[in-house]
Amino acid sequence: MTDLAQQGSRDMTMAHPKSRYQSAEFSARLRARYAAEQRFRAYGIAAVSLAAVMLVILLGSIVSKGYTAFWQNEIRLTVTLDPAELDPQGTRDPKVLAQGNYMKLIRDALAARFPEVTGRNERRQLADILSNGAPFTLQKMVMADPSLVGKTVPVWFQASDDVDQLEKGYIDRSLPEVQRRVNDLQIKALDSLRQDGSLHAGFNTTLFTAGDSREPEQAGIWGAIVGSFLTLVVTMGLSVPIGIAAAVYMEEFAPKNRWTDLIEVNINNLAAVPSIIYGLLGLAVFLNFFGMPRSAPVVGGVVLALMTLPVIIIAARVALKAVPPSIREAALGIGASPLQTVMHHVLPLAMPGILTGTIIGMARALGETAPLLMIGMIAFIVDIPNSFTSSATVLPVQIFMWSDSPERAFTERTSAAIMVLLGFLIVMNGLAVYLRKKFERRW
Amino acid sequence: MQLSVLLVVLALLSVTGYYLGRSTAVRAVDGRVVRLHSVPSYHGMYVALWAGLPALLLFVLWGASENWLVMQMALAGLPPELTSVNEQALNLLKADILNLAHGVTTGRDSHAAVKAAAARYVELHSLSRWMLLAIGAAMAMGGLLFARARIEANHRARNKVERVLNLFLVGCSLVAILTTIGIVLSLLFEAMRFFAVYPPLDFLFGLHWSPQTAMRADQVGSSGSFGAIPLFAGTLLITVISMAVAVPVGLMSAIFMSEYASPNIRTALKPILEVLAGIPTVVYGFFAALTMAPFIRGVGQSIGLDVASESALGAGIVMGVMIIPFVSSLSDDVINAVPQSLRDGSYGLGATKSETIRQVVLPAALPGIVAAIMLAVSRAIGETMIVVMAAGLSANLTANPLEAVTTVTTQIATLLVGDQEFDSPKTLSAFGLGLVLFLVTLSLNMIALKVVQKYREKYD
Amino acid sequence: MSVQTETLTDRTAAMTQAAMTQTAARADTAAIKMLARNVKVYYGPKQALKGINLDILENRVLALIGPSGCGKSTFLRCLNRMNDTIENCRVDGTLQLDGEDIYGRMIDTVQLRARVGMVFQKPNPFPKSIYDNIAYGPRIHGMATHRDEMDEVVQKSLERAGLWNEVKDRLKEPGTGLSGGQQQRLCIARAIAVSPEVILMDEPCSALDPIATAHIEELIDELRENFTIVIVTHNMQQAARVSQKTAFFHLGDMVECDDTEEIFTNPRDERTQGYITGRYG
Repeated sequence: MTDLAQQGSRDMTMAHPKSRYQSAEFSARLRARYAAEQRFRAYGIAAVSLAAVMLVILLGSIVSKGYTAFWQNEIRLTVTLDPAELDPQGTRDPKVLAQGNYMKLIRDALAARFPEVTGRNERRQLADILSNGAPFTLQKMVMADPSLVGKTVPVWFQASDDVDQLEKGYIDRSLPEVQRRVNDLQIKALDSLRQDGSLHAGFNTTLFTAGDSREPEQAGIWGAIVGSFLTLVVTMGLSVPIGIAAAVYMEEFAPKNRWTDLIEVNINNLAAVPSIIYGLLGLAVFLNFFGMPRSAPVVGGVVLALMTLPVIIIAARVALKAVPPSIREAALGIGASPLQTVMHHVLPLAMPGILTGTIIGMARALGETAPLLMIGMIAFIVDIPNSFTSSATVLPVQIFMWSDSPERAFTERTSAAIMVLLGFLIVMNGLAVYLRKKFERRW
Repeated sequence: MQLSVLLVVLALLSVTGYYLGRSTAVRAVDGRVVRLHSVPSYHGMYVALWAGLPALLLFVLWGASENWLVMQMALAGLPPELTSVNEQALNLLKADILNLAHGVTTGRDSHAAVKAAAARYVELHSLSRWMLLAIGAAMAMGGLLFARARIEANHRARNKVERVLNLFLVGCSLVAILTTIGIVLSLLFEAMRFFAVYPPLDFLFGLHWSPQTAMRADQVGSSGSFGAIPLFAGTLLITVISMAVAVPVGLMSAIFMSEYASPNIRTALKPILEVLAGIPTVVYGFFAALTMAPFIRGVGQSIGLDVASESALGAGIVMGVMIIPFVSSLSDDVINAVPQSLRDGSYGLGATKSETIRQVVLPAALPGIVAAIMLAVSRAIGETMIVVMAAGLSANLTANPLEAVTTVTTQIATLLVGDQEFDSPKTLSAFGLGLVLFLVTLSLNMIALKVVQKYREKYD
Repeated sequence: MSVQTETLTDRTAAMTQAAMTQTAARADTAAIKMLARNVKVYYGPKQALKGINLDILENRVLALIGPSGCGKSTFLRCLNRMNDTIENCRVDGTLQLDGEDIYGRMIDTVQLRARVGMVFQKPNPFPKSIYDNIAYGPRIHGMATHRDEMDEVVQKSLERAGLWNEVKDRLKEPGTGLSGGQQQRLCIARAIAVSPEVILMDEPCSALDPIATAHIEELIDELRENFTIVIVTHNMQQAARVSQKTAFFHLGDMVECDDTEEIFTNPRDERTQGYITGRYG
């Protein structure tokens, strides 16, 4: 057979002049073409890598800027809870206790700890190593346990943000004193505190329990998280039922005519309207026309609901479309009404898909900022919101506000807040992916 | 308080109505359910709807008109010399009454009559709430009894319930239309007020933007300057920069993922783009302002260039990164819609993969890709947070990406954030900008969606 | 020969022997353009071809017939390695073009496909002008350096595909605007523009009406002068009309291959007989 094949090919060469595709010229050209092929492929890899690198830099910069915010330096002082200052009459009446001069007790404690510091100015500087929320810490402690009055107890106080930043290594000790936010006297005091274990970094619970504050060490994201939660509850309560109902109508009941075409085009366009336009709508219609309260989660929720509605409608329609017509025919065939068919058969089968779309829509609403700025959810709010109409802010807006603050400690907290926000989004999207995987059905 | 009581009462009556209706229906046919026109639960729903819906409608209407009505009645009791003033003063008066009614001290001494009006307002308000509770509860009860009395074997409960549900479904799909109408009307209405004090042509073609000067109407030379060209130019500049990043990277990623990567690599790479797509814009803004901008400034300085700390380049690049996944996923759809037979035809002629992609697949997908880019442009134009955080505020008319420019969305956000006097041209100009933004993005989207639709039909 | 054939088992060696005798016994003296020995194709775990032995003679039309799913198209796509574009497709055995193993390591698919062109079942003109459709192949292979040369290549290819007179005035119009039959002839013209040696046609007329089909069949007969043609068809009359050789495929096997006349008048295998007399298929 080998002979024969060779025979054949010899015949061939005789019958057919050597093809131009076997010429040296063609191979040279082929090499060039393959080089172009490799280049093109390399562009593709470069593009994907660039996206990946940007993602890594983005997340890396946020984590590296923000991970230190999860702990906070604290300073221990031995405070004598002098009854003369707190409760001269000895009634232990909470009203009296609340009025005590706790700042003086702290200053006394500092003076006792650092007897070598004598000047009035120096003493004030020394007191600056503590957060100016320190008296409230002490007050809260005494109010919770009035029996402490008269005792001498060690108390951990939050360090001021400058001390915190110094301890975390963000303030360069080698700078000349005038350019440093922590002066030599304070550094000396801190070193002495550190030596006897009175300066340590603990988990930053304030970040997760407090509302906003002008002082970085007292500022937390709990208020914003609650605000986000309240806002999302309103958003979900409105957009999910309305979105599903609209999708069901358009997919299952609507006649195909100009009107429904118009609705469809309209929904597709709404999905692409810039979010800030929804903010303008909220401002003009809900705040100015209907006179709804500014900064309220209910208004934010309504605006975000209008914004996510097209997303949910589109996702729900896709899910409904994926249910094969045979299911509908089967149900209609045994005498179910069209509405029963949808409610009992089609909708339950489409539910996983709808749910996935809903979660993704909610995740987007959770990360949305611009429209909420328009309706005043950008206010500085210390209190944790407790109703749908109380003033509130949301997590992304809190991030926006903090990112504008000049203090280094706020940069750190902004990054931490971003990490928390991304954490929520990852959980939500993870849930969506899980649902999609779990209920994925091929018809 | 009365409101939540009413809602609870309505809910309870509806639930009761449901069970009552069901049992009444069963009893009407002595337990032989087959003789009913509709199954018992439909009768239950019928009664529940009668109990809940009319009262709920009343509740909504009442709530919408209550404040206005009560205010009118409170004003009616005031001496005419107080109420027959211009609109602005009247609004002030209303605000005073409201503040007093809610126990907020206005800081200035109020007229005794105004105080009386506030007291009357409070009184009427609470009266109205009680009335609403009483009427609402009565209506619900009446509806329940009425509906229950109509239940009999041949009662077409299912059809009636379904008609109501159908109406509800139609209503829900109209919400989208209402939203659009709301957007258009609110933008148009407020923009008209702006154009009443500032000529639209000067707005659209003026070269100078400085809204901060327009403080008071009686100020000399106070009209402010609202020439939006620098804003449009700034938006354009940042959009162009972002497209220069997003289009090549997004398109090439899509090509690589759909034509070159093996399924395993694809599943490994997809999350990168998905995560990029899921990051909130405020995070991109923070990144642009605190990482990208200083970096670009540093690089610029190291090669001897003077770069503004809020350069268009920084904001544009980050916006481009944000839009990469958008371009990539849209192009991916479009590229996958190109039929395999075209690729086969090209391979069959001895074309390499890249030749096939560049000369057959991309030209075939061109309309779709153009549409994708248009959608991306619309996205870039409307993006707010990145530019608010990383672009400048001063309206420079420049094409130099190293300088700071401002954009339409930045201005809208800065003009409307914080407490603003709502009637000043400064605030209203934001709606003028919003209208332009809406119209531009809307036309881009409409055209792009049309093109995509045509394209899909071609290869379906 | 390739490494694979050297490690053949006795059984396949015997089969090869049989194929050799068959080829030796053939009446036609045309040279062998392509040859297949013991070609097996797998899609994942599924075997689609179970060892095909076939000679393809130069300047002849070989028709591959057989019921759907019998592997004709799979075999056809092996001949210019179009199967490479399908994931998890594996090809075993020997396939030669002019005595050179086309699955060998030295062979290049781009070069191979330039030499072995293909026309597909559904006309698939590129969404470009008629001119650019034809010029695409010559352009990527660098066949024409000047505009004039390219014009000539385009004109010649269209003439040979019998389309020139119909389209010469609208070369700038998109190829997708032509009728189905014209599109398919455009695709044939596109294939011959790169002057391949072999043209593979995968049911080229299945999407066309009878008149367009007749056009294409005529064209195939004319093209035989310059090209070796392998055509897959469902239509036995078509096989009888256009081909000199016919191979009957059944369930992944090549049952028999002979002169077309022989196959249709005097089939040796009863499966072939059953198929051509319409008992199954």
